[in-house]
Amino acid sequence: MTDAALPPPPPAPKGWTGARLAGHVFLGFWVLAGFAIVLGVATGWDGTFLATYGPRLIEGLKVTLWLVFWSLSIGALLSLPIAAGRMSKSRILGGFAFAWVYFFRGTPLLAQTFLVYYGAGSFSAELKALGLWDFFREAMFCAVFTFALNTSAYQAEILGGALRNVPKGQREAAAALALPRHVTFFKVILPQALIVALRPYGNEIILMIKGSAIASIITVLDLMGETRRAFSRSFDFEAYLWAAILYLVMVEILRRVWDLLEKRLTRHLQRREE
Amino acid sequence: MDTYLSLLAWGSGGWGDEIAAGIWLTVTLALATLPIGLVLGFFVALAKNSEEPSLKTAANIYTTLFRGLPELLTLFIIYFGLQILLRNVFTSIGLTPIEINSFVAGMIALSLVFSSFASEVFLSAFKGIASGQYEGASALGLSRLQTMRLVILPQLVRLALPGLSNLWLILLKDTSLVSVVGLSDVLRQSSIAARVSREAFFFYFVACLIYLVLSIISSVGIGRIEAWTRRGDLGR
Repeated sequence: MTDAALPPPPPAPKGWTGARLAGHVFLGFWVLAGFAIVLGVATGWDGTFLATYGPRLIEGLKVTLWLVFWSLSIGALLSLPIAAGRMSKSRILGGFAFAWVYFFRGTPLLAQTFLVYYGAGSFSAELKALGLWDFFREAMFCAVFTFALNTSAYQAEILGGALRNVPKGQREAAAALALPRHVTFFKVILPQALIVALRPYGNEIILMIKGSAIASIITVLDLMGETRRAFSRSFDFEAYLWAAILYLVMVEILRRVWDLLEKRLTRHLQRREE
Repeated sequence: MDTYLSLLAWGSGGWGDEIAAGIWLTVTLALATLPIGLVLGFFVALAKNSEEPSLKTAANIYTTLFRGLPELLTLFIIYFGLQILLRNVFTSIGLTPIEINSFVAGMIALSLVFSSFASEVFLSAFKGIASGQYEGASALGLSRLQTMRLVILPQLVRLALPGLSNLWLILLKDTSLVSVVGLSDVLRQSSIAARVSREAFFFYFVACLIYLVLSIISSVGIGRIEAWTRRGDLGR
């Protein structure tokens, strides 16, 4: 028999499988939606929207970035004692840190923002006596204050989780080498913890960028606030499209940067192509 | 203390019944969103898992969009966008336009967000199932649907449950956003009470506590479901 000499059978022709059809329909929907949006914008295009509201949206974008930057920075500082509290053996400190984290992670950011911004009025006499009233009267400061408290709870959990994730042997080995405690922490524990914490920290920044839109509800003119204002004045849906694009670009840039950062930090773990 | 308790009284004197109605709306909205979000998320995960490039690309566009947009913006886009779309469609075919219900708009927006995050959870759960499971099912002569239903899904649920329960807790909190488009949920009812009674801190604090209690109840329920999915492990 000449079985061995026969050529291999040709590959099965790729037909219109169900998945293929569904994929094309789904993709077609996006293409159509994109086309409709472009058409909708183009037919109503006279450049007036961007000329009138474009600079304002950019101003709003700056406010959003300002909000996110300060909230995250202050939150990062606040998260240190909370993470320490979460890991401490003291019951009072541990309980306080737990309650802090549980409250800020378990309630909506919008409710927290209202609690601070409108709730501050309930303590106006006390706040005036302390000289803090001017701070809490300003919507922008209230937003930063609330967001910072909120993100401090999340960041404390990220930090605590990452530190707990470092194997015990690392600490013991450092002790066996007679390294001082601060050297152990900064040179041995922290670098390993940061690798684990990197991804969740990136997600937290994205959450903050998205969450900061809530500030617009308490009259802060961030990107979302300017967008809502532009829409309520012009009734032009374009406003929301520009806002969507700007938010998406921010989040995508951050994601790309984070991918690069992760690649760099874990470069000793990657298999090298010989 | 007594004055605060009387603020929460039932009936016309207090705000207890109004806030209870708000709780009902919040819970109904979250429960109505959950099944839609789960099913959508599952299919999007299937699409991302498929070998067909067009399906993969389409699913990736979907998740990039709804994971990247602020939830509030998604809600506004759906709420106002649908309104404009419906008005244009209805007037072009000569019908009087219908108003979009803010409950439906909220439900759609939250489902879109929930499903795009859920698809990631399902996708990583799919990756946790060894290919031997598919091969074994195929060796037993199970059809693709049977494989999915009898072999893959039971394991998938177990793997995806922790991530999904997290998403449920996020969903519960995200429902508060619908108060902005005028739905009378917990937060909106508390806002009204706060404005009328001039006890803003008290009422917003109560609203926060209600969300906390809802999430505690959810955690207990999720724990039960988790135990139920793991009931097969007990013998080992």
